[in-house]
Amino acid sequence: MIKIENLHKSYPMGKESLHVLKGLNLHIKEGEFVSIMGASGSGKSTLLNIVGLLDIHDEGAYYLNGQLIEKLDEKKAAVLRNKFLGFVFQSFNLIAYKTALENVALPLYYKGVGRKERQEIAMQYLDKVELKDWANHLPGELSGGQKQRVAIARALVTQPKVVLADEPTGALDSTTSNSVMELLKEINREGMTVFVITHEEEIANDTDRIVRLRDGVIISDEKVKKNINV
Amino acid sequence: MKFIFDSDVWQEIFGSIKKSKLRTAITIIGVLWGIFLFITLLGAARGMENGFDKEFKNLATNSIFLWAQSTSMPNKGFQRGRQLRLKRQDVEAINKQVPEIAFVVPRDVQGVFGGPPAKVKRKTNSKTYKLFGDYPTLDNVNKVKILAGRFINVNDIDNEKKICIIGEKVVDELFEIDEKPVGDYLEINGSFFQIVGTYKDNGNSFEGDDSIYIPFSTFRKINNTGDNIGWMVIAAHKEADILKVEKDVKTILRRRHNVHQEDERAFGSFNFGEMFAKITGFVKGIKFLTWFVGISTLIAGVIAIGSILLITVKERTNEIGIRRALGATPSNIKGQIVLESVFLTLVAGILGIIFGGLVLIIINSTLAGGDGFPFVNPTVNIPIAIGAVFALVTFGSLIGMIPAQRAVSIRPIEALRDE
Repeated sequence: MIKIENLHKSYPMGKESLHVLKGLNLHIKEGEFVSIMGASGSGKSTLLNIVGLLDIHDEGAYYLNGQLIEKLDEKKAAVLRNKFLGFVFQSFNLIAYKTALENVALPLYYKGVGRKERQEIAMQYLDKVELKDWANHLPGELSGGQKQRVAIARALVTQPKVVLADEPTGALDSTTSNSVMELLKEINREGMTVFVITHEEEIANDTDRIVRLRDGVIISDEKVKKNINV
Repeated sequence: MKFIFDSDVWQEIFGSIKKSKLRTAITIIGVLWGIFLFITLLGAARGMENGFDKEFKNLATNSIFLWAQSTSMPNKGFQRGRQLRLKRQDVEAINKQVPEIAFVVPRDVQGVFGGPPAKVKRKTNSKTYKLFGDYPTLDNVNKVKILAGRFINVNDIDNEKKICIIGEKVVDELFEIDEKPVGDYLEINGSFFQIVGTYKDNGNSFEGDDSIYIPFSTFRKINNTGDNIGWMVIAAHKEADILKVEKDVKTILRRRHNVHQEDERAFGSFNFGEMFAKITGFVKGIKFLTWFVGISTLIAGVIAIGSILLITVKERTNEIGIRRALGATPSNIKGQIVLESVFLTLVAGILGIIFGGLVLIIINSTLAGGDGFPFVNPTVNIPIAIGAVFALVTFGSLIGMIPAQRAVSIRPIEALRDE
């Protein structure tokens, strides 16, 4: 699903240039539940931005769903994001003056889905995250956990190939964190590829595979040993 | 183009407008004020132009009044101070020799430039009135407003007929309300004249309502004036340089009357065309000023919309980032912002035109028609109003491009980081 070969990325910092990603190789198959671990500055956000087509890499190759990503203009990137990717952000990034339902329906709008169908599909996904009763509330009227569930519904609504979650529990307390992670697990069980970025061990342990980053290189990449006494 | 009619696009626009009602209102007022001023000024200038047109519509505007005075320089053995008289032959000569002239109307009068006015009697009433000797062509330079009957015709001139046309005031003073003056007779300077018409002052004549017209030939005969004429009205073709006509005419007259060519006081004149050109120039100046001020205000208003949208875009950086992460293309974003700009300018523009129109209606009902102030029917052409709206839409979309371009020039990743 996601294949990265010898990926490099550096940012200009005045006259100097900051080398953030130093030759990453990563292969994520369809249906995997992967977490990227690392301290701040390790390059994990940069990796997510490149994978999420929000930023472009300098060197190396990136294949998304078997398609080589190169010479990406903004228009093409927008279409690919809409088609293949669903985003979940730490700060939810819901549009404040739109209701939960409208927020969830927005990606479908850019996909070109008709108004009525959009509302129906959005409602199904709100139901899936158990927020059907909150459909007509503005984000300001929802709790943090509810907001993140709306955001997850929005990420899923276009039926993407990969859900990218950037510190999805970073702004939540531990109880709501657990429920959000349960939701992501459930999505994964249904076959969705989920790609989580976090700096919390606990969250990473909920996933199936942990990739650790430090100073722009992958220092470990291993499967999580599950306790089978659930 | 399709997206203009997309109800979802409009919902997005109304969403963002609703989010900042006060700012939207202030922005709209900026453009509204601009187009309001534009329409009001333009209408007022038009009203003034119409007003002047109405004032002068009865006159041949490119014309000169010319009369003879006395010489101020000796010439060819004549002493200075010699009294000059214009002759009928002068009229023909001028008409022949100056090609720019459309026609010359000789006139004469009793009771205006010194001398007693004509004595007029009817039954037991007796009064004095100004008595004009005129040709039918007077109608061409200063339209006579006939109330009943007719004006002088060629037949009257040829046969030296004793007919007259009398003013409204003369009718009032000499006739009872139920009497019809046309067909009746008046005794003027001792001989009887049949009344063939009555007239009303047209607002620009110096005959007023209290004068009597008789045929020029009849006037000459009863006053024994021979070939002398009182003065003449010279009307030039519309495009002719009236100052040059005046100079040429005077040169010819000086030669014919043995007057020194540098004697400026021998013939007096009033150049009506020159005065009218000044008024026309004044109206033109006002119109130019109106356009200039109006368009400048309009542009200022549109720029205000642009800058407000620029601020809006900056405030909405994060939102735009989210939208782009969710799959909005740069043209989606741009289109929405430009459309928002156009929509605001359009609403403001149409409101401004409506308010401007209302103000013009109010001005019209309070000012127009009043005497002494040339102001009639202040209007703005529909094409100009539509043109102004189109200009607004164009300005609005051009100015909207700036914030729109800014909105998409921020990379989505940076936009998302902006909290």
